[in-house]
Amino acid sequence: MNDITGQNQQINEQPTTPKIPVTVLTGYLGAGKTTLLNRILTQDHGRKYAVIVNEFGEIGIDNDLIVDSDEEIYEMNNGCVCCTVRGDLIRVLQNLMKRRGRFDAIIIETTGLADPAPVAQTFFMDEDVQTKTRLDAVVALVDAKHIMARLKDSREAEDQIAFADVILLNKIDLIDEPEKAGLLAVLAKINPHAIIHETTRAEISLDEILQRNAFDLTRILDDDPDFLNKSDHDHAHHHDHDHQCGTDCNDESHAHHDHSSTHGNLDTSVHGTTIETVSLRASELDPNKFLPWIDKITQIDGPDILRLKGIIAFKDDPDRFVVQGIHMILEGDHQRAWRSDEARTSRLVFIGRNLDREKLERTFAACAV
Amino acid sequence: MSTIANLENATYTQWAGFIDDIPVFADAQGFIRLLTGQEKSVNVHDGLLCAAPETDGKALVSGGEDGLICRLDANGNVSLVHQAATKWIDKIATGPAGTIAYGSGRRGQIILNSGDTREIALERSIEGLAFAPKGMRLAIARYDGVELQWINTDRSNQFLQWKGAHTGVMFSPDGAYVISLMQENALHGWRLKDNKHMQMTGYPAKVASMSWSHKGKWLATSGALAAIVWPFSGRDGPMGKAPKELAAMGKIMVTRVCCHPTADMLAVGYENGMITAVRIDDGQIVSLRREHNAAITTLNWDKAGTRLAFGSEAGEAGVITPA
Repeated sequence: MNDITGQNQQINEQPTTPKIPVTVLTGYLGAGKTTLLNRILTQDHGRKYAVIVNEFGEIGIDNDLIVDSDEEIYEMNNGCVCCTVRGDLIRVLQNLMKRRGRFDAIIIETTGLADPAPVAQTFFMDEDVQTKTRLDAVVALVDAKHIMARLKDSREAEDQIAFADVILLNKIDLIDEPEKAGLLAVLAKINPHAIIHETTRAEISLDEILQRNAFDLTRILDDDPDFLNKSDHDHAHHHDHDHQCGTDCNDESHAHHDHSSTHGNLDTSVHGTTIETVSLRASELDPNKFLPWIDKITQIDGPDILRLKGIIAFKDDPDRFVVQGIHMILEGDHQRAWRSDEARTSRLVFIGRNLDREKLERTFAACAV
Repeated sequence: MSTIANLENATYTQWAGFIDDIPVFADAQGFIRLLTGQEKSVNVHDGLLCAAPETDGKALVSGGEDGLICRLDANGNVSLVHQAATKWIDKIATGPAGTIAYGSGRRGQIILNSGDTREIALERSIEGLAFAPKGMRLAIARYDGVELQWINTDRSNQFLQWKGAHTGVMFSPDGAYVISLMQENALHGWRLKDNKHMQMTGYPAKVASMSWSHKGKWLATSGALAAIVWPFSGRDGPMGKAPKELAAMGKIMVTRVCCHPTADMLAVGYENGMITAVRIDDGQIVSLRREHNAAITTLNWDKAGTRLAFGSEAGEAGVITPA
């Protein structure tokens, strides 16, 4: 399962037609998924979409190619409870790809209660899906008015936010500024990496949500070198030396957090959230220590790790090594050479539950050269 | 040397074989083509997802995105068997005396040739369907096992349990074994008389194709860099025995297998479009089709075993007459 070496990618790399991008829309009932979907489908962008839904909503979806499938979560028979895939998506995607000329991209609309992990893992664990399609981005719609209540009573709402690459904070017109500030702080706490857009009636430039390549870590890091620094603003402030906060700092995420201590149970009582982020930072690492370490961490703590992302500087290695994971699934690959003006710093971020910050910090530090 | 008659289909070839000895090719778009004196093309579905020949070989039954189940005979005449609900019909199986079963998500039906129907309603999606050789029972692959449903009685299903996702199913020709395909690169088997389990693992890829040799002595499978052929002649089936690895062609994955109807040999299709035939006894290989760009998706012999129909992912299809 763990494919840290990237060897599989080379085997699968055939000079065939490009993979079809798949966008996953998550969000609670009433958050605006159908509105957004119809916006995507009716805009004049010249692209054709196939849409997979798990329940036909009351409001119709205006598209030629809609596939209704029964949500099927399949646990892989390997003794790991978090290695799950969506059996229905495997089948529908396989069948859709037999007639790929009909569409340019695929959108999956999940139910309000759907767990995004099996959906995302399907794209890494099923070889047939993996060779023909690629997960472009997970887009979460959040109902600004009701999300706080949702977060108190449902794990799914929190998971959907934690998994998102892009969050649409929708119905923003229904809340006032102080509410918004509080909400943004909560979102940043659950998922410091997601790009957040404030929207009304899901109005958004489609470029912001489609063709994102958000799961292509190589691209993310090239476009946004600060990507992995973002979480530092939030939780790892005490050992973040890049970011200097002055009195005029208006970073919302600062306002409501106590950075000085007890990161492990930060704010959870206040907001009712259970997901947190651990950001790790070190100088050069020893691959012979780091690779077995991350393997072991994900094997042991995989069920609690929702996503992990990192960029690693290995000793005597001119290239940056990028790594990302979902639960126990790991992908790692060399990216590009470190530039002379870059500090060879290793950074790794975990988003998850019950993360043992002290253990992660200590064992990560032990991977240093 | 083999002779090959080639067709170019527009899309993925779902099924290639012989109906009443006429070569027939069904593609994913919904066109079924018959290679009679002149080529005949019939648009049967708006999107064809599954097809299976009737057990007497006189018709091809198919299901599609349009929720239709259709029957096509060797003259190209199409009749509507059933119109189902809105969801895709992506699983179909045929049994003796014209019995048909189809699956569409968690629902399906058994359609008897009298026109009577019996409902299939499961908690999990129908992933595979196969009738027992005598047609009295239907095996239904689903998550965590295989259901055995009776055709003519309301007796409750027998459930063959094995943890994991079962994505396809087949009976052995003598009805003694049920074999399922699994999501995790393996087969699972049950011996029905005592429910004994058989695990057939070690595949580097998902197994998409399996085929029984003509007397049921061997079970050939895809999913590896060779055709993996399990011995079933002993008392305990393949338990404790190693399979034969046949027709390996370097690092090229086998995607399709089809055993010959009268001899202990099989046709093997590969991910690069190549096709070979291999004798089970001594592993001797004959090349039937050279490398092309797309994986072989379907292989079927005619009744006499003199012609082999094939189709590929890119829609190439044809008939090979081995020398």
